[in-house]
Amino acid sequence: MQSIKIEKSESGILSLIFDRNDSSANTIDDVFTNEFSEAINKIIQDPPRGILMRSAKTSFFAGGDLERIYRTTKAEANSLFDMVERLKLSMRKLETLGIPVVACIEGAALGGGFELALSCHRRIMLNQPKVKVGFPEVTLGLLPGGGGVTRSVRLFGIQAALPFLTEGRKYNAEKALKLGLVHDLAQSKKVLMERAIEWINSNPQIQQPWDMKAYRMPGGLPSSPKLAHILAIAPALIRKKTKGVFPAPELILSTMVEGALVDFDTASRIESRHFVELVCSPISKNMINTFWYQLNLIKSGIGRPQEIDKKKFKKVAILGAGMMGAGVAYVATKVGVEVILKDVSLERAEQGKNYSRKLVAKNVKSERISQEDGDRQLALIQPCAEASELKGAELVIEAVFENRELKAQVTQEAEAVLDEQVIFASNTSTLPISGLATASCRPSQFIGLHFFSPVDKMQLVEIICGEATNEKTLAHAYDFVQQLGKIPIVVNDSRGFFTSRVFGTYTQEGIAMLGEGIPAAMIESAAALAGFPVGPLAVSDEVSLTLMSKIRKQTALDFATEGKNAPSHPAHSVIDSMLDQGRAGKLSGGGFYEYPDNGKKQLWSGLKDTFSPIKNLPSLHELKDRLLFIMAIETARCLEENVLTNVHDANIGSIFGIGFPAWTGGALQFINYFGIQEFIDRSEVLAKQHGKRFSPATLLYTMVQNGIEFQ
Amino acid sequence: MAQDAYIYDVIRSPRGKGKRSGSLHEVKPISLLTQLFDALKTRNNLPTYLVDDVVLGCVTAVGEQGADLAKVATLAAGWDDNIGGVTLNRFCASGLEAINLAAMKIRSGWEQLVVAGGVESMSRVPMGSDGGAMMCDPQTNSQIGFMPQGIGADLIATIDGYSRETVDRLAIRSHQLAAKAWANDAFSKSIIPICDRNGLVILDRDETIRPDSNLESLASLRASFAEMGAMGFDEVAREKYPYVERINHVHSAGNSSGIVDGAALVLVGNQAIGNQLNLRPRARIRSAAVVGTDPTIMLTGPAPATRKALKLAGVEVNDIELFEVNEAFASVVLRFQRELEVDPDFVNVNGGAIAMGHPLGATGAMILGTLLDELERRDRSLGCATLCVGGGMGIATVIERV
Repeated sequence: MQSIKIEKSESGILSLIFDRNDSSANTIDDVFTNEFSEAINKIIQDPPRGILMRSAKTSFFAGGDLERIYRTTKAEANSLFDMVERLKLSMRKLETLGIPVVACIEGAALGGGFELALSCHRRIMLNQPKVKVGFPEVTLGLLPGGGGVTRSVRLFGIQAALPFLTEGRKYNAEKALKLGLVHDLAQSKKVLMERAIEWINSNPQIQQPWDMKAYRMPGGLPSSPKLAHILAIAPALIRKKTKGVFPAPELILSTMVEGALVDFDTASRIESRHFVELVCSPISKNMINTFWYQLNLIKSGIGRPQEIDKKKFKKVAILGAGMMGAGVAYVATKVGVEVILKDVSLERAEQGKNYSRKLVAKNVKSERISQEDGDRQLALIQPCAEASELKGAELVIEAVFENRELKAQVTQEAEAVLDEQVIFASNTSTLPISGLATASCRPSQFIGLHFFSPVDKMQLVEIICGEATNEKTLAHAYDFVQQLGKIPIVVNDSRGFFTSRVFGTYTQEGIAMLGEGIPAAMIESAAALAGFPVGPLAVSDEVSLTLMSKIRKQTALDFATEGKNAPSHPAHSVIDSMLDQGRAGKLSGGGFYEYPDNGKKQLWSGLKDTFSPIKNLPSLHELKDRLLFIMAIETARCLEENVLTNVHDANIGSIFGIGFPAWTGGALQFINYFGIQEFIDRSEVLAKQHGKRFSPATLLYTMVQNGIEFQ
Repeated sequence: MAQDAYIYDVIRSPRGKGKRSGSLHEVKPISLLTQLFDALKTRNNLPTYLVDDVVLGCVTAVGEQGADLAKVATLAAGWDDNIGGVTLNRFCASGLEAINLAAMKIRSGWEQLVVAGGVESMSRVPMGSDGGAMMCDPQTNSQIGFMPQGIGADLIATIDGYSRETVDRLAIRSHQLAAKAWANDAFSKSIIPICDRNGLVILDRDETIRPDSNLESLASLRASFAEMGAMGFDEVAREKYPYVERINHVHSAGNSSGIVDGAALVLVGNQAIGNQLNLRPRARIRSAAVVGTDPTIMLTGPAPATRKALKLAGVEVNDIELFEVNEAFASVVLRFQRELEVDPDFVNVNGGAIAMGHPLGATGAMILGTLLDELERRDRSLGCATLCVGGGMGIATVIERV
């Protein structure tokens, strides 16, 4: 067999060992399903005293074969359904045989892997950091279709099982034991095996709890008054999180409830049907495409020049201890990198360090790290005010104000004392890198490292190559971002690069709607219901309208020096009118929103008078489309203009950097999902109604002609 | 040729607080009904074998309210075996639906005499204990955007701009008018006291009226639906009402209909049966209508249902001399008045469900009775009763004294 080995000990205990011969991990596919079924049928003919379910890989089992799942279309729903049902029949046979089966979880058992473990009567888990269990299916738009929903519901009850199934979390051994996901822990593989055999010896005959006569579902059936009351609210609770754009969590809840009302086998069949539905849905394809394939490409270092040796940084310098500089200092020291944190005075540099002090104290308090680790992290930050102290840094990250002269000055100051090898990175979010690099005496070692705020939460870093940036600089910048545990995307230089440029289209579109007389609440609702994490007006308040206005003026100046006129946008007059009334944003006391001292922010009551609402409101659908389309169109333009050089950076960057809705799989995957031709058609209609900014990129027409998608 | 449907009699039980401490909690739903059946028979000297059918509304028709309570009640009351019985559920409209259906039976000419009405013992069979896909099937719940009615009521208040004080004032009015109505014997014609097996009176008055309720006491009550809204239902509303930034949760236990126990019956028949039994018709049922509206806000049905019923009757809003609009929540009545431009002085003149309670399956029949009694008291002719209904429906019935 290719994926399963069977060994029988002299004591009559059989080991079912998962060991896929052509892969580093075990996955559920057709081969496995057939072999598993064959193995179980063989076992039934001559039942052993007990069974150990084990893996010969470093992980226990990786789960369903995503390649198989990703390829399955609606036309093949039937064959997938059959495969899943066949697998589950075998699992069911094994758990109802009456002999004890123990899952020896010596490596990660996630998704389908944990489902196999759940079909065992006993789960013993190796207590090591890398060994985790859980159901990550939902993060790819899927549900646990290998008995995971059915068994979790019967094991824990509906209410208790809901978080395991819908949150996609992975649990370490101690947590898993506490929650009852496993029965026992072992400190070593040897002990694990001993415990497993011991348990088999003392439980010669066994049934799953849900197969026993006296079984009652924990927490009661959906028909019990207490649970019925909760179930009436549960869909709304889920919707509050999903905004109705992620079908998986909702369908998981349905599968749980519908399954709880019927017998095990019927429940299991309903689960298979719902699983197949999600597999064939375009949204799970979007999510697998981006969060599995494309994210893995980036993690594997695809954007990094391969011939350059990898570098691990020990010491970096950060210029400017403001919010961004302080944030980068925190994330760098968190992974053990020494940081020289420089500002104009020692006092300000210390203030920057205080940011880390606060976060570390919070982490210690919530027991995420120990006091010792926290102290060690803080000791890595060395605040200073003199350029001479930057010596020894292997990388400098400049995070001073967005001012060309200031940036040039600190670049030169730093380079004067630094080693020749040192990379100089600017954290600018808008100023073109090639221009900033002219201040450097080593422009080939000059690069953009655009972190997002708040740095400790935002996973993306946009790496911007200037005209002169060399490959070694790029490779090492990429290494640094990965060393921080963050996700790098690589883009070419341009005004606003990729993320700021496309983000600007989002805020401007929302602001323009307000100018048209669309109620502010409706604009924010449209964004939320399209799946954006923050509405365009709320996020504009965070950015500040003053900054937006500044950037616009700078852009106009830059255009003027080239003898061109900067493009106008209907949002401009709205921003001007807000600034005229002193509503510049959150930090200056209020913008589109009011920020009462005690209580939640609410839309500024003056908006209705400043921008009188129209009578005939557009549909919600129209507003959602405008926000999604304007960003997708601009992203396609970035690709066309070679600001972006590939699809994965576009998709990952749009979701992790600027909040493009995750259900779409990213700004370019959204165009695939919509259909290229259909996207063009809709864009043209929007362009007619709202202006040329909606005209689709030429690239899209060529793609239709060539019959290709973004890949 | 269509025959007119006439109302010959209306009776109701008093309404008891729908809790363990409520007076009617000790009374079985079937007993509420049998006592009304006895009274109806006696008052009208009714040879029961002439009744074709009994149509009763009951919303939570499970447990002791399950298994076609209407038919069982005829048997329990000792009425003739040849009578039919059917229990129906149109949520809060069930009682009025029973009357409308009875009227249609008469107007079709296929039946001559029908007892209609409804019953609900909310203290004994809790609201919602019948489950149902709308609430309990997550897929359906999510698909149709289910929300508890109270949040719909709050949404109406938010959209129309009714403040907490405005809705509380309507509640105070309900209590004061209900107290006044009792003082003036406005209900005495229809009230049948509920007694024990010895004939000792258990309850002979509506039990939840608080004539001393005032703005201060009402303002101190917690907004009942704020918490549930925050859990996720406010977000559900956002999909259909995206221009609403946040729902202003104004409804409390004080300005929403009370949970109570009670029953009501109405005797409906054609002209011929009235002549035969020597009964005087009190009113003609001019028209009846139901509509469906947005299920999420759920409670905006009364105005469109009334418009539909008025059109069928061929009369205008201004022709209607009294309205009974079920006070499910204060904002429902306010929205109705605003939408149809009705003078509040002619709406719920004897108070409503905020003061006296809303026994789900019976209320429609109760307010129709209240309407008829008051038309007679004032010697007016045309009246309209209407209710908002779960699932986003509305119902209305137009009657005319004869």
